Amino acid sequence: MTVSSAKEKTSHTVKVEIMGKQHYVPEGLTMLQAMWHTGHELTRGVGCLGGICGACPSKYTTPEDAKIKTALACQTQVEEGMSFSLTAAYYPNRKVVSDFKKMEDPKQEIFRLYPETALCRNCDACTRACPKGIDVRTGVWKAAFGQFKEGADLFLSCVMCSLCVPVCIADIAPNQVGLYMRRAQGIFFNEKSSHLLARLEEIEQGKFDAEWEQLLSLSDEAIISKSLA
Amino acid sequence: MNAFELSKQAVIDGREARKKGEMPRLSEDEKKALLSRYHPDLKEEAYTTIRIGVNKGQKTVHEVVRLLEGESPLAENPPDLTPKHQVDVLVIGGGGAGASAALMAQSAGSKVLMSTKLRLGDSNTVMAEGGMQVAISPEDSPVRHFLDTLKGGQMANDRTLLKTLVSEGPANAKWLMDLGVMFDREEDGNLSIRSGGGSSLPRLLRCKDYTGLELMRVLKDAVLNEDIEILEFSPVIEFLTDGNGTCTGAVLKDLDTDKRIVVQAKTVILATGGIGRLHIQGFPTSNHYGATGDGLVLSYRAGAELKFQDTFQYHPTGSIFPEAMAGLLVTEAIRSVGAQLLNVKGERFVYELETRDAVASAVIRECEEGRGVETPAGRKGVWLDMPLVDVLHGEGTLADHFPNMLRQFSRYDIDITKAPVLIYPTLHYQNGGVKIDVEGESTLKNLFVAGEASGGIHGRNRLMGNSLLDIVVYGRRAGVAAAKRASALGFCPLTLKHLEDFKTQKKAAGVVSETVSPILFPDYVNKG
Repeated sequence: MTVSSAKEKTSHTVKVEIMGKQHYVPEGLTMLQAMWHTGHELTRGVGCLGGICGACPSKYTTPEDAKIKTALACQTQVEEGMSFSLTAAYYPNRKVVSDFKKMEDPKQEIFRLYPETALCRNCDACTRACPKGIDVRTGVWKAAFGQFKEGADLFLSCVMCSLCVPVCIADIAPNQVGLYMRRAQGIFFNEKSSHLLARLEEIEQGKFDAEWEQLLSLSDEAIISKSLA
Repeated sequence: MNAFELSKQAVIDGREARKKGEMPRLSEDEKKALLSRYHPDLKEEAYTTIRIGVNKGQKTVHEVVRLLEGESPLAENPPDLTPKHQVDVLVIGGGGAGASAALMAQSAGSKVLMSTKLRLGDSNTVMAEGGMQVAISPEDSPVRHFLDTLKGGQMANDRTLLKTLVSEGPANAKWLMDLGVMFDREEDGNLSIRSGGGSSLPRLLRCKDYTGLELMRVLKDAVLNEDIEILEFSPVIEFLTDGNGTCTGAVLKDLDTDKRIVVQAKTVILATGGIGRLHIQGFPTSNHYGATGDGLVLSYRAGAELKFQDTFQYHPTGSIFPEAMAGLLVTEAIRSVGAQLLNVKGERFVYELETRDAVASAVIRECEEGRGVETPAGRKGVWLDMPLVDVLHGEGTLADHFPNMLRQFSRYDIDITKAPVLIYPTLHYQNGGVKIDVEGESTLKNLFVAGEASGGIHGRNRLMGNSLLDIVVYGRRAGVAAAKRASALGFCPLTLKHLEDFKTQKKAAGVVSETVSPILFPDYVNKG
């Protein structure tokens, strides 16, 4: 994901606008690479460079329509006539503390912590804003109806970039609602794993102690032949 | 059709015939010979001797030595050392290890401050795809996990650290699940497990190919739900010591205002991750933007010992085409369910689930011996045939188990259910790091180190899925130990005396450095 150190065989460039200034950059670069190429020093707005951390939400337009589109800047290649910028470096966010340890009914508690969840007006702007292709609106409804398992699955790939937050006309923070649903599902409703619990008990009861003692006294050669066996 | 397209077509045409083929495993001797000839760790000209400090006389790569021998950013203008923050435990780094450490220290009653270079959660943790190794199946055992890991680590692993890692795996998986982490399940409700390279049994817990994202999202939320103060965009640029081998705090740099922030801490936990963005030996990297080896540099300068600082993991399958995806990881898990590696002629050349060091070396061999495929941008690599997974396990398997991979490539109009992709090893992990004991403490008193920044657990090659386990097990252990230590301590003096010692050593060794380290970020900005 670095600005290429390999030799570029093409000399093609595209015209782009970065925060209102016009530049020519080699085609094939991502938005972030185009910013580096044109001399921008970046600290905020860069993270994993692999489309998974949500640090680089951005907005852009292309010549063919008026729509302001959303993207992750590390994953989106520039194209001719594109105008873009990273979005706000930081979204002021209402801090909600979800104390799962003291919670009894997370499917009710969601209406105290995130009361807006029930107010979705189906505009679907959140879904359209999501750079990961999540059906955000349906996810929010699943939260409201207490269908946490289905809702949690929908938010699996959420990178918490927050692009869905400022577009919501009901002031819902859908990504936070999604994360809450996922954690609640994991803590309260998922089955226990009998294999895991059995192994924990074996370890506690010292089932492997003798084997450890013997193993840790062996030479490298003896260990290799043991592990090959 | 050009050579590139012809080669791709050969892979597609040969798929059906290849699907049942067996590839022989490497014998120990064959593996040794392969590594010694092609593994980047054994490329002599890439290495140089460290001339100062605790590991003086030992070697590592030029890129790291340059930073270890670098100048402190405070050498010229030492700040006033009156502390702005006084805490029990300072946690440096906001990835999985740092978050786990902070949660444990806080729950043990410590006043905790977290400092991160980017945002809380920006880390290599969030990018981990394949899973977390925990020996839970009835056929498996922690002992077996230990043996696999030791063998994968070229028998160099610290055995006490490793025994603790594997023995505490199940309890740590439970801790994560109690926080809400959802690993994939089988129909009967049990945790689903998958194979990884170098493991004798399936042992990987995972959440599709979003395992790291799932862990980090939950850990971050858990931290935000506790009373833990967090300073984002405030990396540490120098440790503070009492001048006598004890860490007593740190100086941070606020990246928004360029101000220095002095923190006095009874104990410090360093969890700053690895080195990918140093692009060692010119390799692309799978790492996040902040992986510039700060932890190694800072600890070393303050007097901590390093362990296996000369060994790095080049993950065999980094994407090299399209150019915008260069370095990005294609998870090993795809090979564990049948994806094959093929050279320019469409022939297999290595058993795909050898350990990472061996597979990477085999890929490099193919390319160096003229059996690689060249991309339009001039990179060389080999094919990874992912559609075979759907052929073997039924249509929809890739979409169901690897949604992230599918999406990543689809952005560039590559359909991984139909076409192979080009890969080459990518700089993925520092196998070594700051030497720690089983509580996570370094040789610098009261400095605890956890996660990729530490060294010893993985020996000279880490097995897939052992890093997510490491960050949680040792992040938590460091958190507990640092909190306990802090509870019995007062604040100690803040000095930069270790910088004077370092200066004296540099002078004696004739080291002149024009590098200021840590560098904090890679330099990708075009200055022209």
